[in-house]
Amino acid sequence: MEKLMQDLKVQIIQQLNLQEVKPEDIGNDQPLFKEGLGLDSIDALELIVLLQQFHNIRIAKPEDGPNVFYSIRTMAEYITAEKAKQA
Amino acid sequence: MMTGSVWIAGGGVISGIGRNLGACVASFEAMQPGMAYMQHLHSAHAQTFPVVEVKAGNDELAAIAGMPAHWSRTALLSRIAAQEAWEASGLGDIRQYRTGFVSANTVGGMDKTEEFMEAFLTDASKGKLRQVVHHECGAVTELVADAMGVRHHVSTISTACSSGANALMYGARMIRAGMLDVVIAGGTDALTRFTLNGFNTLMILDQQQCRPFDDTRTGLNLGEGAGYVVLVSDAVAKGIKPWCRLSGFANANDAYHQTASSPDGIGNFMAMKGALEMGGLQPEDIGYINLHGTGTQNNDSSEGLAISRLFTGGVPPASSTKSFTGHTLGASGGIEAVFSALALRDGIIYPNANFSVQMHELAFSPVTAFSRGNHLRNVMSNSFGFGGNCSSLVFSKE
Amino acid sequence: MSQQGIYINATCIIRHQSVDKNRQPVYAHEVPQADLQDFLRGLYDRFSGQYPKFHKMDLLSKLGWAATEILLQDMPMDQYAPEDTGVILANASSSLDTDEKYFDTVQEIASPALFVYTLPNIVIGEISIRHKFKGENAFFVAEQFDIPFVTGYAAQLLESGAVKAVVCGWVEQYHASHEAAFYLMETAPRGMALPFSAETAEKLYR
Repeated sequence: MEKLMQDLKVQIIQQLNLQEVKPEDIGNDQPLFKEGLGLDSIDALELIVLLQQFHNIRIAKPEDGPNVFYSIRTMAEYITAEKAKQA
Repeated sequence: MMTGSVWIAGGGVISGIGRNLGACVASFEAMQPGMAYMQHLHSAHAQTFPVVEVKAGNDELAAIAGMPAHWSRTALLSRIAAQEAWEASGLGDIRQYRTGFVSANTVGGMDKTEEFMEAFLTDASKGKLRQVVHHECGAVTELVADAMGVRHHVSTISTACSSGANALMYGARMIRAGMLDVVIAGGTDALTRFTLNGFNTLMILDQQQCRPFDDTRTGLNLGEGAGYVVLVSDAVAKGIKPWCRLSGFANANDAYHQTASSPDGIGNFMAMKGALEMGGLQPEDIGYINLHGTGTQNNDSSEGLAISRLFTGGVPPASSTKSFTGHTLGASGGIEAVFSALALRDGIIYPNANFSVQMHELAFSPVTAFSRGNHLRNVMSNSFGFGGNCSSLVFSKE
Repeated sequence: MSQQGIYINATCIIRHQSVDKNRQPVYAHEVPQADLQDFLRGLYDRFSGQYPKFHKMDLLSKLGWAATEILLQDMPMDQYAPEDTGVILANASSSLDTDEKYFDTVQEIASPALFVYTLPNIVIGEISIRHKFKGENAFFVAEQFDIPFVTGYAAQLLESGAVKAVVCGWVEQYHASHEAAFYLMETAPRGMALPFSAETAEKLYR
């Protein structure tokens, strides 16, 4: 889980062009949207692309986004759970 | 100096619910929206997303337009609607006037570029270059202006989904400034994979028929088509029987997000308010609102809240004709301007299809039945686009 | 002939990876022939910073956004109501550069972040968001920078009272080629305070 969360931080910074953010700046439980990293709705869509590209997971319903993308930890938990389903 | 009035001498529309204005109105009256699985566009999403295509292939459209069938569908649609508008105006020989053509679009010749890329990507020596020469938005306008015999002024406006409405504003200003007597103004856009895939990535396409201003709405359906009005000066209007007057218009920027509207629709509010002010009108003077009403969660909520805030004394009958035509992007402002002008001429209020559940955040709901014989004095048409570009037009009987 | 009560108060011209503000050179990228992306990042670091959304913009938006940052340095705009400030821009290549990049992603997974920039007027949106400009805005596509047309359009907005200040000009970018020529036009004189005429605007562009 720790490794996955670390990878996610690097992937998010790359995918969302967060050029002035370093992986260590992102807390595992820090909210990613609004007050957290200041991400917006287009970033949410890019995170959906990220899951598809790096983790082969499709989110069909955008309304699932807010729960999945709440923080690095919720994303990692979601990926782990989906991988378990795929296995 | 800006003086005088600007009149609507006529209008023409081609859309997925009819090849001319009369056919479109018949579809409204029969409550027949145009959504269907695509017949002409080739896409991996053909069976996923309903679209509102003009129900004709390029060969057929080219024959009507009197243009080569290998030209962009955007140009073919534009020519057909512009010609209908011109004939409806009864102005006769176009060469008698200082005439401009102000046409909006967002895709240009992208449909042909996509055909080119298909061949080119498999083999870099393949692909016909003639397919890309009209790629750029302005090239499409030029083709149609030449075909129409417009010589005095040609402009292309590209401000996303408000483009068509902005073309009317721009044309009206040129007439008021005394630079032109007549302007054919509106917009055109053909369906392309580019826009379909793009709106799909934004997750705002509905897999069913779109449901504007309905609480259960989940997105828009893309459409295609073209719509133009013929704007004329006071002097030219004297010799004909104009449909109505373009009495007010305003444009504002929402300054909130690249593609999303601000939650309270501040840009929408300012555009509507500005258009009323220019027309010297109060909210209660408006008899019908042709909504932008795309069917996305975001647009309809923002637009609805902005309307509620402006029309405090009660919201007039309002509907989204996109529930029939789909969202025709750069064409929508032109198409809906024609619908709005005709609404005044013939006392028509258009229905909003697929409405069943009241939006929880609004106190008003859209009109669901077609009617004629309404005593309309003023009609408002809204067009809001990506980039925060918000426009509102007001048409008046006198 | 100059028009009463309309002034060109500032200009910013970016071409060949160097910047002139009010006709004075203010920046040249240290690495000649640098990647356009790096040059624009250099402008951001030098003239702005503290706006992480910059990094997400396409090149056209970055160019227009940076030109406006430089144009409006020492030119506070907060005396205006948001609806009194407008933006009128034009270019030749529309958003073609980003259209191509977006098209490349469609082969695999289409990128929403690129798609939102496949319209030329998004640069106006980015400028408007940054500076809270909520007045009239328009984007024109034309083969060349028609200075009398674009500045005349802006002047007409000022003259008719539709807005009190306009950022207007040309923002063109395709692959490495780029040019921005921005004017701040207002009804009250400050800064350069040049009475507006199309000829003056033409001279400032040269």
